[in-house]
Amino acid sequence: MAYRYLSAEEIETRLIEAIGEITYRPDPAIKPALLKAYDHETEELPRDVLASIIANIEMAPEDKTPLCQDTGTFIVLAYVGNELIITGQPLQEIVNNALIKASAKFYLRSSILSDPLYQRINTGNNAPAILHIRIVKGDSLVLHIAQKGGGAENKSRLKMFNPSATDEDIIQFAVDTVILAGAQACPPLILGIGIGGNFETCALLAKQALFVPLNQAHANPLYAELEEKILNAINKTRIGTQGMGGNCTSLAVHIAIAPCHIASLPVAINLQCHAHRHCEIVF
Amino acid sequence: MLIGIVKLCFEPSMNTHGLTIPLSSSAFAKLSVGDKVLLSGSLFTARDEAHKKLVQYLKEGRDIGFSLNDSVLFYCGPSPIPAGKICGAVGPTTSARMDKWTPILLDHGLRVMLGKGERSTEVVTAIHEHKALYLTSIGGISALLSRCIVSCETFLWPELGPEAIFKLTVKDFPAYVAIV
Repeated sequence: MAYRYLSAEEIETRLIEAIGEITYRPDPAIKPALLKAYDHETEELPRDVLASIIANIEMAPEDKTPLCQDTGTFIVLAYVGNELIITGQPLQEIVNNALIKASAKFYLRSSILSDPLYQRINTGNNAPAILHIRIVKGDSLVLHIAQKGGGAENKSRLKMFNPSATDEDIIQFAVDTVILAGAQACPPLILGIGIGGNFETCALLAKQALFVPLNQAHANPLYAELEEKILNAINKTRIGTQGMGGNCTSLAVHIAIAPCHIASLPVAINLQCHAHRHCEIVF
Repeated sequence: MLIGIVKLCFEPSMNTHGLTIPLSSSAFAKLSVGDKVLLSGSLFTARDEAHKKLVQYLKEGRDIGFSLNDSVLFYCGPSPIPAGKICGAVGPTTSARMDKWTPILLDHGLRVMLGKGERSTEVVTAIHEHKALYLTSIGGISALLSRCIVSCETFLWPELGPEAIFKLTVKDFPAYVAIV
């Protein structure tokens, strides 16, 4: 079998460049979605706030000021081809090195602590990154990267439902999660919802769902319909943009599913703020 | 749970006030929930770690170098200042995380807080009792907010990194009245 070789240097260089890109620019689909929300919003206060958010998207790359001062936890979902050999360093080290260099280069805030409970000492360079590796067929490397702010992550939830639960129960769980989050998660939100798997894979599904293109519905019409029902129910809460009321609390809902145990129905909801900073790098 | 914000949803108005810090009693009297304010003067940043230390200092009777009574406490951890610039990215963090310490700070004279999101029922009551003011800023608009900053200096506890207290001098810094 002929393997493809990819160097640590090449991965690091592309990662640093991509981190710079997402620091100043959200997902390109966000601005049109916010403009649409602004058009549909009838109340003055949320319109005023939406206008600020849209203006900020224009100002951030112009000023080279991060979109948000919370430059987040750096997350990488790596899809590594089984015919690919990464030379030089293990992927975790490559990602950490890129993050450390990018943090200095783009003046990212140091937001990561080495000890979560007792010492809470800042690592000073945002490392380590959170890396999930999946081996896939082929010789390519695909990295989904994100800067994930603390506010929305803090309000994310997971529930192990009984199999007797219905889609209505899941809709209610999503609505409750968004109401509990209020303004703290920085709506308008994107919801990544994992359904199935087990305790830890369900949370990862929810994270993966946040990387689905903003306007893309689930391939299965049943789940696509559930996404739409959840989105409509959330936008009826009137939490609104930044908790200021109005009709735009969420821009998109994405569901990812996996097989699960006969006793289980895990559901995880990962909230994403409007500063949706992520991209995909293909090697 | 949603007290401050729910009020804000039901009583929207876009009265806008230019406010100079420290706020005068007459400026205070004109404010209603849902009003927009443009702040000018000094903001002192404080997140979780700074709150912990502030409360410890106040309990021990130690000097913190600024007057809580005349200041605005901004729940914010800025990003570093790029070479040749006045400041990095600024913006509010979740205020509810400071709820544990807010009543003590109000007892020590704090009057104006600036942050993001809802406050606990206990804090809402304490704000009303002390005739204090809670303003909300908008998360994720750092470039817009940073354009309102005139100067930024590390004021206290630089060892806390982004959780240090920074003194930000601002001009027409936008926020909204959430609890008054």
